Amino acid sequence: MWGPLIVAIALVVIIIFMFVGIYNRLVNLREMIRNAWSQIDVQLKRRHDLIPNLIETVKGYSNFESSTLEKVIQARNMAMSATTIEDKQQAENTLSGTLKSLFALSESYPDLKANASYMQLQEELTATESKIAFARQYYNDTVNVFNASIKTFPTVMFAASWGFSEQKYFEVVDADREVPQVKF
Amino acid sequence: MPDFKFGLEVQDTERREININNYQPPPHIRQPMLFQDQIAGNITGTWILMIVFIIFFTGLIWAAGVYFDRDLAVPLAIIAMVITFITTYASYYNSDKIVLSMSQARPATKEEFPVLFNTMEGLTIAAGLGTIPPLYIIDDEAPNAFATGRDLEHSAVAVTTGLLDKLDRYQIEGVLAHELSHVVNRDILLATLTSILVGTIVLLSDWLIRISFFGGGRRRSSNDSGGGILAIIALIVIVISPIVATLMQLAVSRKREYLADAHAVKLTRYPEGLAGALEAISRDTNPLEVANKATANLYISNPLQDHGGWLNSMFSTHPPIDERIARLRSM
Repeated sequence: MWGPLIVAIALVVIIIFMFVGIYNRLVNLREMIRNAWSQIDVQLKRRHDLIPNLIETVKGYSNFESSTLEKVIQARNMAMSATTIEDKQQAENTLSGTLKSLFALSESYPDLKANASYMQLQEELTATESKIAFARQYYNDTVNVFNASIKTFPTVMFAASWGFSEQKYFEVVDADREVPQVKF
Repeated sequence: MPDFKFGLEVQDTERREININNYQPPPHIRQPMLFQDQIAGNITGTWILMIVFIIFFTGLIWAAGVYFDRDLAVPLAIIAMVITFITTYASYYNSDKIVLSMSQARPATKEEFPVLFNTMEGLTIAAGLGTIPPLYIIDDEAPNAFATGRDLEHSAVAVTTGLLDKLDRYQIEGVLAHELSHVVNRDILLATLTSILVGTIVLLSDWLIRISFFGGGRRRSSNDSGGGILAIIALIVIVISPIVATLMQLAVSRKREYLADAHAVKLTRYPEGLAGALEAISRDTNPLEVANKATANLYISNPLQDHGGWLNSMFSTHPPIDERIARLRSM
């Protein structure tokens, strides 16, 4: 008479463990997404911090086209004051574009290109740009895994009731791919 | 420092087009292999290697004992076993330091090598890791690189100055991604221990063979009739052991190179970086001074100059570089 009872208890225990496993996996993934997002933030902030130094260095070359600098400053301010994710993406992509124009323009200033602190800043900004891209890649990969797992069986049955919802990707907006306008 | 233009285009557009599933390793490699499977496999492999090494080394010393003086064979073998236990244990915990000092590597600083640090930092972000592995520099014109250590926290990546001078940023990134993959997959633990343990066997056998040819006189004074057969067995063991050791080393390293290439591209999303780097490394004719038989299997590209022929290709620690480049470019 104990047989069926033991089987029933064992089944309940197995199901509980399964639930715990699924729940913990989702919580872990959501934490990974948060970490990935904060890594993007760290790199974006790093870029914001580097820009004033870059502007100072470039300003020293009196004949450097000021409208390009203005655009960079403006884009940086926009990016720093953005609140929603969409605005932020848009503003950061614009900033990438203006920086690209600035570096493209500086190609025609041999003195500037040879300046040690300019070279260092260019290296740091290039590296930061690359780190932003990598942080975004990792963020999107993690979101991809998370979204896939809350949409598949058996997780799909409980994900919504546990409060897990689909996460947004960090998109590369088209502004980023515009060819920079270099005027002389 | 490589000349580099602001390279947003490649990072944002081309990188995204790559589908990692298009990478085709050779048919004998099981695919897709999960990271977890590979890590578990490497840890098991490390245990097997350590046990095989202890048995093998004890046997080798016993064989040498029989060859030179039968009365000493068993006590010598016991002493050898104890010593191998200790050295294996010590190698496990100090593998990175041993290999780094064998290769005359020095710690790199961010001030001196900003591109190296920045690139590695970017890759660790792509891999979702919190810290970067310690970076080392080998002052050598031959472009090459290796990773060593036992796990993520106790790892090291070393590159030559030639690699930083001769490769562009994306190529360096490809090489570092390859090395980081070895670190993440725990390939380095097995590869480094293989280098140390197998290297010991190879060097010791070389030494014993030399002694037995030029100084093995005591055997003749023995009037034991069974000594002859045992001595022949012992001689065979001494001769065969470096061959077995080398084959063991090969089995470890070849397959892992393809997998690390695939994982590197998963991180960079830009196969041309690593492909171009391998091409540049294979074209370079400078020999790497600090590499030897024991450490050769650690490097991204075989640092010992090939002389061609089937025997060499059988004993090659690395898959043919053209093959690796072709597979990267077909992605």
